[in-house]
Amino acid sequence: MSEPRLAVEDLSYGYPGRVVGRHIDFALGASEVLCVLGRNGEGKSTLFKTILGLLPLRGGAVRVDGEAISDWSPRRRALTFGYVPQNSGGAFPFTVADLVLMGRTAHRSVFAAPSAADRAAADEAIAALGIERLARREWLRVSGGERQLALVARALAQQPRILVLDEPTASLDFGNQVRVLDAVRSLAETRGLSVLLSTHHPEQAFACADRVAVLAGGLLLRIGAPADVITSETLRACYSVDVAVLPVVDDRYRVCVPRRYLQ
Amino acid sequence: MVFSPSRRGEPAPALGYRATIIGAALVLLLIAAVAIAVGPYRLAARDLVAFLVAKATGAASPLPLPAETVILQIRLPRVLAALAVGASLAASGAAYQSLFRNPLVSPDILGVSAGAAFGAVVGIFLSLPVVAIEAASFAGGLAAVIIVYGIAAVIRGRDAVLVLVLAGVVIGALFGAGVGLLKYLADPYNQLPAITFWLLGSLAAANPHDLTSLLPAVAIGLIPLGLLRWQIDVMTLGEEEATALGLDTRMLRTVVIAAATLMTSAAVAASGIIGWVGLVVPHLARLVVGPAFARLLPVSLLFGAAYLLAVDTAARTIGAVELPLGVLTAAFGTPVFLWLLAFGRRPAWS
Repeated sequence: MSEPRLAVEDLSYGYPGRVVGRHIDFALGASEVLCVLGRNGEGKSTLFKTILGLLPLRGGAVRVDGEAISDWSPRRRALTFGYVPQNSGGAFPFTVADLVLMGRTAHRSVFAAPSAADRAAADEAIAALGIERLARREWLRVSGGERQLALVARALAQQPRILVLDEPTASLDFGNQVRVLDAVRSLAETRGLSVLLSTHHPEQAFACADRVAVLAGGLLLRIGAPADVITSETLRACYSVDVAVLPVVDDRYRVCVPRRYLQ
Repeated sequence: MVFSPSRRGEPAPALGYRATIIGAALVLLLIAAVAIAVGPYRLAARDLVAFLVAKATGAASPLPLPAETVILQIRLPRVLAALAVGASLAASGAAYQSLFRNPLVSPDILGVSAGAAFGAVVGIFLSLPVVAIEAASFAGGLAAVIIVYGIAAVIRGRDAVLVLVLAGVVIGALFGAGVGLLKYLADPYNQLPAITFWLLGSLAAANPHDLTSLLPAVAIGLIPLGLLRWQIDVMTLGEEEATALGLDTRMLRTVVIAAATLMTSAAVAASGIIGWVGLVVPHLARLVVGPAFARLLPVSLLFGAAYLLAVDTAARTIGAVELPLGVLTAAFGTPVFLWLLAFGRRPAWS
């Protein structure tokens, strides 16, 4: 039996002196999109950062192709994982092209300037996200949605095998949410990327995910196909609201509506 | 299509990078020529050219001996010292700004200058040789930046810039108090004037011997900053993102802080406290060529060198007595800083 690309085994995550979640188990294969749901404070960002090695493991293991990665260098991780943070900390007016080119850092030796291949990869990532028109603009001055696309392009320029996106649609308008999710879905399909993303909108899982994981009370409450997992019961357990999950157009998509609105 | 940052015609920087470098270099040469020519012993432009031609061709110097002595023993060392000090302060300021992810930090604001000054004053107080004064200055500067950075790291959950700046001010004041104590204890006839004069910032005492310890320290600090220029850009994104992009951030931060602090300290040991250069010059350089360190560093070096040489030349020529450099740079720097504070673009701090 072949190893899954990413395997998270009995993982505990949190901060010094405070474990936020434990016994997290899941696997992720090529071209697969896993969407993580959970209420505020459930530690979705913390879980992702722990998987990425930005925070230390509080227990358990993270494996890539069967190999435990706890002693991997940042460079080796960056060649495997592309990370799109919820908020980028950048404070200087780099252009979008400069920002995306920074995704190539792990591909260069320490003192090397970006090569023609690096620039080609960055340009290709920009084209893949369809943001050529933004390339020379200052990335702090483009809209929130465009900034998010630029960060996805940067992660893509890393040429990773696993893409981790922390609430990529938070604070985006409706159109940009659709654009970002479509981009993520098509990257998984066309490039065989494994994608791990979190969201606050359960419906988005129907749009882009193969499987959904629901965190509640520091445990992995459920994991499985969106149609099986995103039910009234799960959503009540997760968010403490009464929600109807309704099929749309021959059950190709489902919407989540608070029941109160339907009365 | 190619969107590479090195491509010309990019809209973000106001001027082309190459044009900026060439223009700044020409201005620098012009200022240097003026600086060598003017002073109590005035040299004509054609004498200067004749001297340079003679030196270049190996012919006998056409100038009288006093003129040659003035050029080689007094003016040239001072010009070189001003260039090195200005370039060091600006380059280290650019590095600190990138590393601390804030365009308003500088060696002065982070307390590095005060720490370095304290170290150097200890050296003067103990009548140590120049190299030891430089080492003490480096130790003081490094201690200051480590303490300030440590305070900012411990106090979380508040405006990180504010904590950093306030910690720098507080630590700077503490080292300033240390300097005050040493001045109080110093021999009032011998050491005290030397310390006081030196603290105000001056290159009047620059001599060829000083250069032999200043220039190597500047070079040693500059090399890692130059080599790591692409990494430094990524560091401006913050610790987590830089790590996620594959950098060993702890190692990088250590190397860059050590290099920038060495440059600041060497400058302080050579010239005393010359404020504002490290803040204003890299900021202006960033406005001209953008934030990429590969461009910011050379432009900051040139701007800083030209600026300090111009100020130093003014300091020794405009008045009947020589004005302290630190006083002049503060007089220029304060309004610029206030302008940046009021109208500068707000960094997107998380």
